[in-house]
Amino acid sequence: MPDVAIIGVGLHPFGRFPGKPALSMGAEAARAALADAGLTWADMQFAVGGSAEVDQPDAVVAELGLTGIQFTNVYNGCATAGSALALASRTIRSGEHEVGLVLGMDKHERGALTADPEEYACWYGEMGLFLTTKFFGMKINRYMHDHGITHETLAHVAAKNYRNASLNPNAFRRTPLSPDQILQSPMLNYPLTQYMFCSPDEGAAAVVVCSAPIARRYTDRPVYLRSVAVRTRRYGAYEVHTPSASPSSSHVPAPTVDAAAAAYEAAGIGPDEIGIAQLQDTDAGAEVIHMAECGLCKDGDQNELIASGATSLTGRLPVNSDGGLIANGEPVGASGLRQIHELVVQLRGRAGDRQVQSEPTVALAHLYGAPGVSAVSILST
Amino acid sequence: MATVPISEGLFTWPADEPALIGGQCPGCGAVTFPLRTGCPRCGTVDLERHLLGRTGTLWSWTSQGFLPKAPFTGQFVPAEGFEPWFVGVVELPGELRLESILAGCTQDTLRIGMPLRLVMMPFRTDHLGNEVVTFAFAPEGE
Repeated sequence: MPDVAIIGVGLHPFGRFPGKPALSMGAEAARAALADAGLTWADMQFAVGGSAEVDQPDAVVAELGLTGIQFTNVYNGCATAGSALALASRTIRSGEHEVGLVLGMDKHERGALTADPEEYACWYGEMGLFLTTKFFGMKINRYMHDHGITHETLAHVAAKNYRNASLNPNAFRRTPLSPDQILQSPMLNYPLTQYMFCSPDEGAAAVVVCSAPIARRYTDRPVYLRSVAVRTRRYGAYEVHTPSASPSSSHVPAPTVDAAAAAYEAAGIGPDEIGIAQLQDTDAGAEVIHMAECGLCKDGDQNELIASGATSLTGRLPVNSDGGLIANGEPVGASGLRQIHELVVQLRGRAGDRQVQSEPTVALAHLYGAPGVSAVSILST
Repeated sequence: MATVPISEGLFTWPADEPALIGGQCPGCGAVTFPLRTGCPRCGTVDLERHLLGRTGTLWSWTSQGFLPKAPFTGQFVPAEGFEPWFVGVVELPGELRLESILAGCTQDTLRIGMPLRLVMMPFRTDHLGNEVVTFAFAPEGE
């Protein structure tokens, strides 16, 4: 019997909402998740909140009710939601509490995310190297060189995600784009074009978790959180914001590989059992690389898998069925909980027009970001 | 006005043949750039100053197709008619891989594995009118 169940999910749409505070979006997502679970805020024994831009996500209690709840704020870069989920999972597994809410929210300015370069070296930022987008360009360019991934494969990944988003009323970019339109959009960081990248944006997502043995009090379709693992880069990995790394002879895999291995081991589940996945598609190349880094295919097999539609809604391993980051954007604190929201809806078989046909029972959610952090979660029915 | 480095302690300056200033771990021998206190491999403190080799090969690269927002301060881009430049990961054999601007390159001439050498490039003019220079790697023969 798994330890932790997800009994409610809620989402505030992702996109641009001028004048609307992140905390208001967070409150809406929380209310939606509570309603989905058939519970109220007063039923929550603890909460975990994640955000990059909101210093105190727990301020959301002003809108939800000042119940005196234990509320912990976490921030862990693009893996914030994974860390929030991990904390909630431990809170339940330790027996401290039985039911709680995990909430993520954000509201970013336009343009590529940056951070205070004083934490790194000034010259690195001054030279224009403190940019996540150029890292992703260099990572996929090397990967294409090593494994023969084509520009067309990158374009088809982005086209798939826009197509999926056209069926998702909560997505940011809902207009389908053809692979040619994607390839012909401005080249931002070779080989990645404008429409191959996600954008930071705004939104919120929430999930209600509880101790697994009591889940059926609240729902007849619980989804179980089988494991969450968070890992950072080891010496020898080449990661975001890396002025220098080891020689290539000492190269080691990215933290995604380590996080995925730990998550599979903790869940007692292997990659061949995964029937649907949410992968961090900061850009189209990242989705391609993360397929292999999460153990879902071999390096180089992505050309064939993507061309054959294996990762589309009708394929055997749908990836980013709601449009992923490319079409939803990335409100950092909420992004990983959007992934969980989508996987739960799909595992329940209630995704409507975008319901996948593979009837998955096991799902994987993956986050990755600067300066080399990854979180992998495994869910099952 | 003088020619000044983008940052003190980043490369030897002035010098006929400037070299990047890295660190070598007295414990495990790992080389890192820039020079920092702790070793990224084993955590040993007080890395020794180590001048990096001036030639290497291109491990990966990308174009910079838009003007980065702050903290970017470069003025090597024409005020009108933006042209992409290139950045890469350069492998210095037996030492490390490091990120750098690539000078003297076009998209058609860049090849993973190509030999590169350290150069200095004009970067911007500071508020005193000094020319600020930084490091870059360029194809051998450029």
